[in-house]
Amino acid sequence: MYKPYETTFRNQNMTIREKLFNISFSYVLFIVMLATIGVIMLYSAANGNWSPWAINHLIRFGIGFAAMIILALIDIKILLRYAYVFYFATLILLIVVEVAGHTGMGATRWINLGFIKLQPSEFMKIAMVLVLARYFHTSSLQSIESVRGILPPLLMALFPAALIILQPDLGTALMLLFTTGAIFFVVGVQIWKFVAVFVGGVIMIPFAWHFLHDYQQNRVLTFLNPERDPLGAGYHIIQSKIALGSGGVFGKGFLNGSQSHLNFLPEKHTDFIFTMLSEEFGMIGAICVVVLNMLILAYSYSFALRSTSYFGKLLAIGLATNYFMYVFINIAMVLGLLPVVGIPLPLISYGGTVMLSVMASFGIILCVHINRNVPLGKD
Amino acid sequence: MNRDNDKGKVLIRRSLIMALIKFLLLLAIIARLYYLQVYQADRYKTLADENRISTRLLVPPRGIIYDRNGMVIASNQQNFQALIVAEQAPNVQETLDAFKKIMPLSEAEEEKVKKDLKRNRSFVPIKIKDNLTWEEVSKIQLNAPDLPGIVIDEGLSRYYPYGASMAHFLGYVSSVSDKDVKDDPLLEVPGFKIGKSGIEKYFEKDLRGESGNLKLEVNAYGRIMKEIERVDGTPGRDVQLTIDARLQQKAFDLFGEESGAAVLLDVHTGEILAFVSAPSFDPNMMTQGLSQEDWNALLKNERNPLTNKAISGQYSPGSTFKMIVAMAALEAGVIKPETKSYCAGKMSLGNHTFHCWKKQGHGHLNVVEALQHSCDIFFYETAQKLGIEKIAEMARRFGLGSKIDIGLENEKAGLIPDKEWKLRRFGEPWQQGESLISGIGQGYILTTPLQLATMTARLVNGGYEVKPTFLKISNGDKSKIKKMDVSQANLELMKEGMYAVVNKPGGTAFMSQFNYHGEKMGGKTGTTQVRRITMKERREGIKKESELPWRLRNHALFVGYAPHDNPKYAVAVLVEHGGGGSSVAAPLAGKILKEAVMLDPTREKVH
Repeated sequence: MYKPYETTFRNQNMTIREKLFNISFSYVLFIVMLATIGVIMLYSAANGNWSPWAINHLIRFGIGFAAMIILALIDIKILLRYAYVFYFATLILLIVVEVAGHTGMGATRWINLGFIKLQPSEFMKIAMVLVLARYFHTSSLQSIESVRGILPPLLMALFPAALIILQPDLGTALMLLFTTGAIFFVVGVQIWKFVAVFVGGVIMIPFAWHFLHDYQQNRVLTFLNPERDPLGAGYHIIQSKIALGSGGVFGKGFLNGSQSHLNFLPEKHTDFIFTMLSEEFGMIGAICVVVLNMLILAYSYSFALRSTSYFGKLLAIGLATNYFMYVFINIAMVLGLLPVVGIPLPLISYGGTVMLSVMASFGIILCVHINRNVPLGKD
Repeated sequence: MNRDNDKGKVLIRRSLIMALIKFLLLLAIIARLYYLQVYQADRYKTLADENRISTRLLVPPRGIIYDRNGMVIASNQQNFQALIVAEQAPNVQETLDAFKKIMPLSEAEEEKVKKDLKRNRSFVPIKIKDNLTWEEVSKIQLNAPDLPGIVIDEGLSRYYPYGASMAHFLGYVSSVSDKDVKDDPLLEVPGFKIGKSGIEKYFEKDLRGESGNLKLEVNAYGRIMKEIERVDGTPGRDVQLTIDARLQQKAFDLFGEESGAAVLLDVHTGEILAFVSAPSFDPNMMTQGLSQEDWNALLKNERNPLTNKAISGQYSPGSTFKMIVAMAALEAGVIKPETKSYCAGKMSLGNHTFHCWKKQGHGHLNVVEALQHSCDIFFYETAQKLGIEKIAEMARRFGLGSKIDIGLENEKAGLIPDKEWKLRRFGEPWQQGESLISGIGQGYILTTPLQLATMTARLVNGGYEVKPTFLKISNGDKSKIKKMDVSQANLELMKEGMYAVVNKPGGTAFMSQFNYHGEKMGGKTGTTQVRRITMKERREGIKKESELPWRLRNHALFVGYAPHDNPKYAVAVLVEHGGGGSSVAAPLAGKILKEAVMLDPTREKVH
């Protein structure tokens, strides 16, 4: 009998069919479940209408799903080989957006492809993981533990992060830096260097504060004290907590969230969709979403651990970490644990680029899993 | 290769550490969910409902006040008002400015609107202007696009169809002031009005009714999504008074420009049929809010339109008090019906000389004749023999000297002096001369018109201790009215005297008699000095009334009853500075009593 999961062959020439059978069915199922929850919530956000959000979300998920499968099926060596190319291509897009933004088109974060508006900054997150995995794949532990060794990847992260801050999109930039930091951490950069950066960062806060836009400063202040301005900046977070809390254990029922449907809750179809879910389906619904995300992360980790290549391991961990950032920051934000930074909840929030980039990440993670036994040399 | 192995191990170790951190962070999220959705759920449920539900009080219609015949004397009238709902106006000030262009607002009005806006939540409609005419309403509706947040509301406002004539007992309603006790959420409703005086205040609780509740679901912008619950309130209870609107209006009109009071009672029950204090004010103006000028004008008017003279005005009863003295003397046996005194126009006590109003004297007369002519000497002598204590006791039995309490504020007790009072008040013993003066109702004695009407009713109803009231007396209550321990024969004698006053030649009210199909009135005149009469004037004779300035002229009084054969109505009339009781008060009282007799529901219709 043919047992796809027990394939131990070391040759790299798996057939498409073999690769398809190697796609983790459970992993895909979790993803589909979350996206389905997203469609349901967007249907509710439009007061029980497929348009304008739910139907688009479904279509985008379909496109994302196809992209995920395609990425899952490609040869991991291609990823290794073109990591730098992909990184620099994305960086150029980012610069184009930045320059265009400064040459009279207004502050733009995206490139309009007609059917979808692409934010290069989203893809930079994937490119960043890819290029770091590529870089550390070949560097030695001594190099990693030396300043010289981590300076190039640091610069590779700081440059796009600076560009993104200028857009200005603090949330995405911070996420990019956090993901980079996490990768630095897992590859073995010494703890004291993090401590040093952290201390340096704390010292820099007063100076950095100066460079923040007013609205960014407000968001931080409001996070620290939402009651500061209950009708202005604090309104979102207060209403979000009221919606969540009033949902209770079992929720108010599908389409019955008063906070959401009476418009007390802002941005219910994007950043605050988790709040609406928690209002209508209660703590049970909210925990389901958290648990599904935990499962996705756990599977991603297990794929990473089972991968035989350093590149594969680091790629899966990095992308999983990136995904974790979205989930954690978004949920912590709507729960009032973090400032409101405009990070969506992937697979559930309405938004094209994030859907596409997250599905691409899942595709690459699946690709790592499928190619877990492919040896990658240090070429 | 070894280092490569280490590199792999480091990756795995650090990855697991990070996985653990992520796991813990997600657990923290679950803990936070538990905190918000279980631990604090109730608090947030309340907050969500506060967001969602807008509760509005439904103001119940105020109870109608009827007169004894079912005529409406206080009603609710439809009233259009312009309201502003702050949450529906993107910019309240802009809306107000636009409104002002259509309909000017005074600065005070605008201030009040802003104060109300500040005091209330943004969904509470705040009154900008009321009593809008149809024209104004259509003007606002035409400009509605420029007036976001402005709503036209059809409300009810209090209306007093009889206006000034009933102001002194009906009182009026007006906006809740800071002083009022806020024992009912209705009082917090902007524009809500409560009884501020009179019956409106006395029956406030009954008339007000119970508020209803309207629970609405509103969205974040204050738009009403649906009605969740409506609990209709209870309309205010209607109140029926004993007042006869026709008699009230007639009596009020009779006063014309004069200042004074009149109280008409049913002698068997004490029911108040007419209760006039003149001049008066229009309670409708009070309800709509009086301008400062109008208010000052009322305050400054020397005829005190705001004072309820029927209960707050204290006047010497003058000669209307003579029945009390006569009753006291007869009951005490000091005089007999046939006892005659001789009036020479004056008498002496010590080195004082006391004059009768008739200089040349009345000659010999008995008690009935003394009442008929209102002879002062007879009553000086009687009082001298009787002493103040007996007079005071009889006066109190007939309802003088203490508050009657008919539910209106500012009632005065009047004053019936006695020896103990004098000592307490002045630290001096009672002088016999003071007894004499008291004998003709002068001196310290003070009464209110209501008390005089009560006194008269008790004199002519067979000695029943009726108490004036605005509320109908049932037959059961009527049977509980106590009969006073006085001789019926003496009471008959008083009636005889009062009959003579009006119907016998020489009676002081002879000119005011009427004979309506055989029904006549009896009564007693009274004229009381407002200023002290100097000895010089006593010697030279009192100047003619018309030569004096208004404020110094005498008060004119009359107490009377009708019909004489079977008394049913008692009236007390006081005309401040009116001149003489016989010339001013008696004709007025006569007309009131005649009207009462004519309108009497029990009499056969005469064609």
